[in-house]
Amino acid sequence: MTTPWHYKSAMEIRNAVRNRAVTATEITEHHLDRIAEVDGRVDAFTQIWRDEALAQAAAVDEKARQGRELGPLAGVPVGLKELLATRSGKTTCASKILENYRSPYDATVVRKLAAADAVFLGKVNMDEFAMGSSTERSTIKTTKNPWNLKCVPGGSSGGSAAAVTAGECAVSLGSDTGGSIRQPACLCGCVGIKPTYGRVSRYGLVAFASSLDQIGPLTRTVEDAALTLNTLCGRDPMDATSADLPVPDFTKALTGDIKGLRVGLPREYFTDALGAEMREKVEAAVDVLRRGGAEIVSVSFPHAQYAIAVYYIICTAEASANLARFDGVRYGFRHPAAKSVEEMYVLTKSEGFGPEVRRRILLGTYVLSSGYYDAYYLKAQKVRRLIKRDFDEAFEKCDVIAGPTSPIPSFEFGSKTDNPMEMYLADIYTISVNLATLPGISIPCGLTASGLPAGLQMMARPFDEETLLRAAHCHERMSGITLGPPPIA
Amino acid sequence: MEFEAVIGMEVHVEINSRSKVFCACATDFHAPPNTNVCPICLGMPGTLPVLNVDMVDKSVAVGLALNCAISRWSKMDRKNYFYPDLAKNYQISQYDLPLCHGGWLDIEVDGAPRRIGITRAHMEEDTARNTHTLAGGQSGVDFNRCGLPLLEIVTEPDIRSAKEAHAYLTALKQILQYLGVSDCNMEEGSLRAEANISIRPTGQEAFGTKTEVKNVASFSGVFKAIDYEISRQAQVLRSGGKVIQETRGWDADRGVTFSQRLKESAHDYRYFPEPDLVPIVVDEAWEQRIRESLPELPIARKARVESQYGLSAYDAGVITMTRALADYYEAVAAAGADPKKAANWLTVELQALLTDSKQEITECRVAPAALAELVALIESGDISGKMAKDILGDMFITGKTARAIVAEKGLVQISDSGELAEIIRRVLAENPAQVEQYRAGKEKVLGFLVGQVMRATQGKANPQILNDLLRDELAP
Ligand SMILES: [Zn+2]
Repeated sequence: MTTPWHYKSAMEIRNAVRNRAVTATEITEHHLDRIAEVDGRVDAFTQIWRDEALAQAAAVDEKARQGRELGPLAGVPVGLKELLATRSGKTTCASKILENYRSPYDATVVRKLAAADAVFLGKVNMDEFAMGSSTERSTIKTTKNPWNLKCVPGGSSGGSAAAVTAGECAVSLGSDTGGSIRQPACLCGCVGIKPTYGRVSRYGLVAFASSLDQIGPLTRTVEDAALTLNTLCGRDPMDATSADLPVPDFTKALTGDIKGLRVGLPREYFTDALGAEMREKVEAAVDVLRRGGAEIVSVSFPHAQYAIAVYYIICTAEASANLARFDGVRYGFRHPAAKSVEEMYVLTKSEGFGPEVRRRILLGTYVLSSGYYDAYYLKAQKVRRLIKRDFDEAFEKCDVIAGPTSPIPSFEFGSKTDNPMEMYLADIYTISVNLATLPGISIPCGLTASGLPAGLQMMARPFDEETLLRAAHCHERMSGITLGPPPIA
Repeated sequence: MEFEAVIGMEVHVEINSRSKVFCACATDFHAPPNTNVCPICLGMPGTLPVLNVDMVDKSVAVGLALNCAISRWSKMDRKNYFYPDLAKNYQISQYDLPLCHGGWLDIEVDGAPRRIGITRAHMEEDTARNTHTLAGGQSGVDFNRCGLPLLEIVTEPDIRSAKEAHAYLTALKQILQYLGVSDCNMEEGSLRAEANISIRPTGQEAFGTKTEVKNVASFSGVFKAIDYEISRQAQVLRSGGKVIQETRGWDADRGVTFSQRLKESAHDYRYFPEPDLVPIVVDEAWEQRIRESLPELPIARKARVESQYGLSAYDAGVITMTRALADYYEAVAAAGADPKKAANWLTVELQALLTDSKQEITECRVAPAALAELVALIESGDISGKMAKDILGDMFITGKTARAIVAEKGLVQISDSGELAEIIRRVLAENPAQVEQYRAGKEKVLGFLVGQVMRATQGKANPQILNDLLRDELAP
């Protein structure tokens, strides 16, 4: 039986479109049908841009008819996280405060994907303003894990992960501030890569924490991740923090050979905090790398224990400023009952933001307040440098660091929403990568007994996405694990 | 009890970069509301700032001109506060690491030199402008000003009087104009001065409670507001009261300051480093490049002009008041005019014409070479000083050269004694009664006779020669 289009990879789709074995319109229609078929159960998509998608596809087909060369993502169906600014549709950040907001411009990554002839099917769900680890914080809808509809897809890019996993699109874009691409990729069983900070322009990503946020793709294969990164990466004059470095062809890095690659295992990642079943899967995945010729070494992150504390100080501090603009003055929700400017601020923000966002704004405001700045924010910045130094030292001993992505597989809805601290621990293994501005990837490494995906996380030196992708691709090839169609199929 | 004033100035200068500080929007002041805006300066979700390098160049130039140290490494910070004129509800500014710090500006007050310490000069973005006078109690926000490049220059509390404050502002404005970094128009808000004023008993070390006077739209307003505030505070203290720390506005019509808002608590701006921007690294080469591009600054130029052209200190001061005027003057001198006479013609006659027509020297139709030619024509005796004034008036309006006007109107002065003597003899013959009177000792008649000769020559007689010849002819 041949794989249906909705489970084919982006590479297969774009090759078929380029070879004119299929039209972009057929691919788009097929995926729109697929969304119609399954999204009622998965609830990954928040907006479906049927007309625009078909128009985009028609333009690609017209380009092919004229004999012009098609872009590297020709006809590839893409889902965009709700916090990416798009002229099409709305840019809600899954928040009431932006429920009717239309962006006057397109994010740089959106422009780049469009220029590469990708086709946008619409937008996908997320935790409000990317704050959360389960996508339960969305004010739009509740996205389900395609492996078990009673379970969360992870967060905050839960919609991105679920949409790709359920075969609704081949590629989706997510954003990762403390693990928000890798953790849902792990929980849904797909590939999610957070590039090095500065690799991909953040222009048009509605900011949560500017010094940590990074856009990245979620895909079903490592090769698709490499293919998409080729388009996304590169210096953007609109983003002062984007790196002026050449962008290699990442697909060329997938040699299948990792002989001599030194893989570091951080002692601090394999403690009791790591669930037994996850540990077993991750160790098996490391074994795969060893069999591929990698040399396994032990590394240590003495400051790893502070990562969550440091993260919640820095990200909330930045969020408190980034979210200050949502005040009801110029766009978005404005509380109708306000009688003065101050009342407008208070009522608009109290009603427009959900509880998790309010909690983080308050926390961030607190840690920046005079009298507390030195004790919290400044100290957190110092520890952040120590965490980065841990990585620098580890990378003297190894080329790639491997470990779990999440301490636990997906969990049932509502099981952690009342306990923010427990929810915050879901990102325990991913957060340090953001603090240290490194690239990180999560790839599937098997299913638990209850049929939920486990994920292997790998990290590399800054701007060494090539090594990361090479190792991930090697694992994917040797283990034969791409978690094929979930039960939703 | 005698009091001494302690004054610090904070001056906001709108830097005349062509685009805003973090986006590519134009900075045109006169554009209709909300036309020079884009998603970035409107703070739309997802946008990011990118620092305008021209702003850094110009700010470094100001810092160097104010003898500041330039930070090798500085950064932008977020200053958080809520106000509808603030697109992002934070302002991107500089907090603990300003671009320029630790400088001074030398000024002269009543002929005595004074040095005013410059604490810092830092870059920031301007806010939008709120309008509360719309119909139906509505308020409007014009975001054209939002994101304009602003340099804030802060002095040490070194200023002791309104007069010194005025001299400081004048000298600062002069430097900014020499550098060409701002048009310094107070009415249009491109230069805004705030004064922190306190008084203390003379001889006391500790500072008194200060008030901050804002929103003054002219230099003379600053002068008057400070003077008013000093005497107000003195009166409060003399009557046993206490000065309250507050922000005060200036009512130019009534000539008084008034309480705007109490500083009941210092605002907590929750400053932190702007994560969307990279650090600003001005290395030695960059600083050197700006240093080399600096023009000769006012004090140095005044000294040079004074000695090079043998001018009085006063004339040199007037001529170097603006860079444009000094450039004009030196062009006149370079065209060969007698430097002292050229200075006179520039600062008195031409200046009067400019003032009357509200023109700047840069708009003047009299080219420097043309003024030099005029001065030369007086020197050579071809025209009289009085004729020259009329000719300059013509030149100012028509833009023609002095020679062209002289030729056109046949204005060459009659200095030929033979020709003049003949005319004089004729006039005397026509006025025998007056000749009689003069010879009888009535000196006043001479003026009448001069007038008659002038009329006969249509004013072209060289007055000096005419006088001598006339006396000769009248001699008995
Ligand atoms: Zn703009």
